[in-house]
Amino acid sequence: MVATDSIRKSSSRMAQTPSFALSILWLLIHLVISIFFIVLGIVDTVEDYLISSGFLKRYDVINMGKLRYLAIVVDSEDAMQINKVLKLLQWLTDIGVKHVCLYDSEGVLKKSKEIILEKLSYAKLYEEGDEKSGLDSKTMILEFTSQFDGKEALARAANLLFKRHLKLSLGENQEEKIFTEAQMTEALKAVGSGGPEPDLLLVYGPARCHLGFPAWRLRYTEIVHMGSLDSMKYGPLLKAIYKFTLVRQNYGK
Amino acid sequence: MFLIRKPCQIHSNQLCAPDNTMEKEGICKFKQLFSYLGCFLRKFMFSILSVGPIPDHIAFIMDGNRRFAKKRHLLEGDGHKAGYESLISILNYCYQLGVKYITVYAFSIENFKRQPEEVQLLMDLMVEKIEDLLRNGSIVDKYGMRLYFVGNLGLLSSTVRAAAEKAMQATAHNSRAVLLICVAYTSSDEMVHAVNQAIRKNEFDSVEEEHIEKVPMIKINDIKRHMYMSVAPDPDIVIRSSGETRLSNFLLWQTAYSPLYSPTALWPEISIWHLIWVVLDFQRNYAYLQKKRKQP
Repeated sequence: MVATDSIRKSSSRMAQTPSFALSILWLLIHLVISIFFIVLGIVDTVEDYLISSGFLKRYDVINMGKLRYLAIVVDSEDAMQINKVLKLLQWLTDIGVKHVCLYDSEGVLKKSKEIILEKLSYAKLYEEGDEKSGLDSKTMILEFTSQFDGKEALARAANLLFKRHLKLSLGENQEEKIFTEAQMTEALKAVGSGGPEPDLLLVYGPARCHLGFPAWRLRYTEIVHMGSLDSMKYGPLLKAIYKFTLVRQNYGK
Repeated sequence: MFLIRKPCQIHSNQLCAPDNTMEKEGICKFKQLFSYLGCFLRKFMFSILSVGPIPDHIAFIMDGNRRFAKKRHLLEGDGHKAGYESLISILNYCYQLGVKYITVYAFSIENFKRQPEEVQLLMDLMVEKIEDLLRNGSIVDKYGMRLYFVGNLGLLSSTVRAAAEKAMQATAHNSRAVLLICVAYTSSDEMVHAVNQAIRKNEFDSVEEEHIEKVPMIKINDIKRHMYMSVAPDPDIVIRSSGETRLSNFLLWQTAYSPLYSPTALWPEISIWHLIWVVLDFQRNYAYLQKKRKQP
């Protein structure tokens, strides 16, 4: 009895041992990766110092003509740090960015719209047609978006098209109407979610995902991960914009 | 889920011919040993990775075949063929790791703007490879794979469309693994198609003008249900080869919480180490991404 029990215990211990050993290895690998990211963070800090002090000359002149429209995606919890957001916008003004779309999924930035516009006297709220008008060197156009402008806006645009479809079906022309991409773009504008497509989207959060940024406006947008808003630095921001100006797209051809 | 079904084996194409010279046999035995060690190492790495969460669905943007052909001084068609071999390799790794759904961006609607010869070459390659996949002993059989061709298939020639539909029917009974091949696809086309379908299917009796405002509204889930990609859950990860950092009109609706990875390797150069790195990083962010997905 005792012998059988001890054999059974040894077998179960042996069966658990491989997964215990694998778990230790898994933890070790993740520890090494975490150390790697800490070292990367230190390198970023050094690079930030070099860029901010002007030692790295290549970032001195950036061709801002390519960056007509920048989007910033912020995790909604981080978005409550309004002073960080204001600092980021100040940096973008210094770099020469004219048109910024701020996004967080829950609309925290939208709710803080008045505070932000008050603190940045040179900023004004986006209006349709702004992308075509010329701006003086100091004004920055700001747009505030949330999930209300994402999937929810697409549903509202769909309902607008649906009502149009019903009205058409009442009319003399009984042909089935299939809506096109151009009509969808118009419908999105009509429901108030028709801003331009950003050229570059910077994600401030733990992972590089767009967190529900309006899908209709993301088709060929370059998406760059900047880390968390807490650890934001000027150097990596300038570097990301500089790198963007070097990108060449084929648009599928 | 970790598929540790079979131990590492020597494959028949690696058996050393009996009439080899001593030197050739030595090289052959060395290659067999190397291959066996590679298989063992891969299984060992996968068992370590499986301690943490494994993504259920990975999407790939297979970018860089033409640049690969140029780099290696090959014909353009050979770049795409190398890309196909790379795809099979990655599929093997992913399904062995336990990923159930894989989506690949094979051909965008925008790609129709390329030179007609290149488009024809790609279409011919697609038909040829679909036939290969349906043969006995192919990767489809090995993993019990169900194939979906996702996109505006009406834009394809009748030959390609017929081959795609045949492949979907032939594999409809499979359920262990799923491969979604996006062809004649763009996300904007998918969204418009879904909205058109939702409008068409929103049932109502003949409505008078004054009652139009009272007709039930189309909701987000109605649109979602009619997406081409509704047959699979949203991707956990998107990987785009060649270092490009954009989605290029791919799965824009489905990727709100899907981290995008951009290894600089061209698609035919993508290796198991890129996959391992991506899965490890996904595991680091898993708790955050799950929290975000569950938020209303």
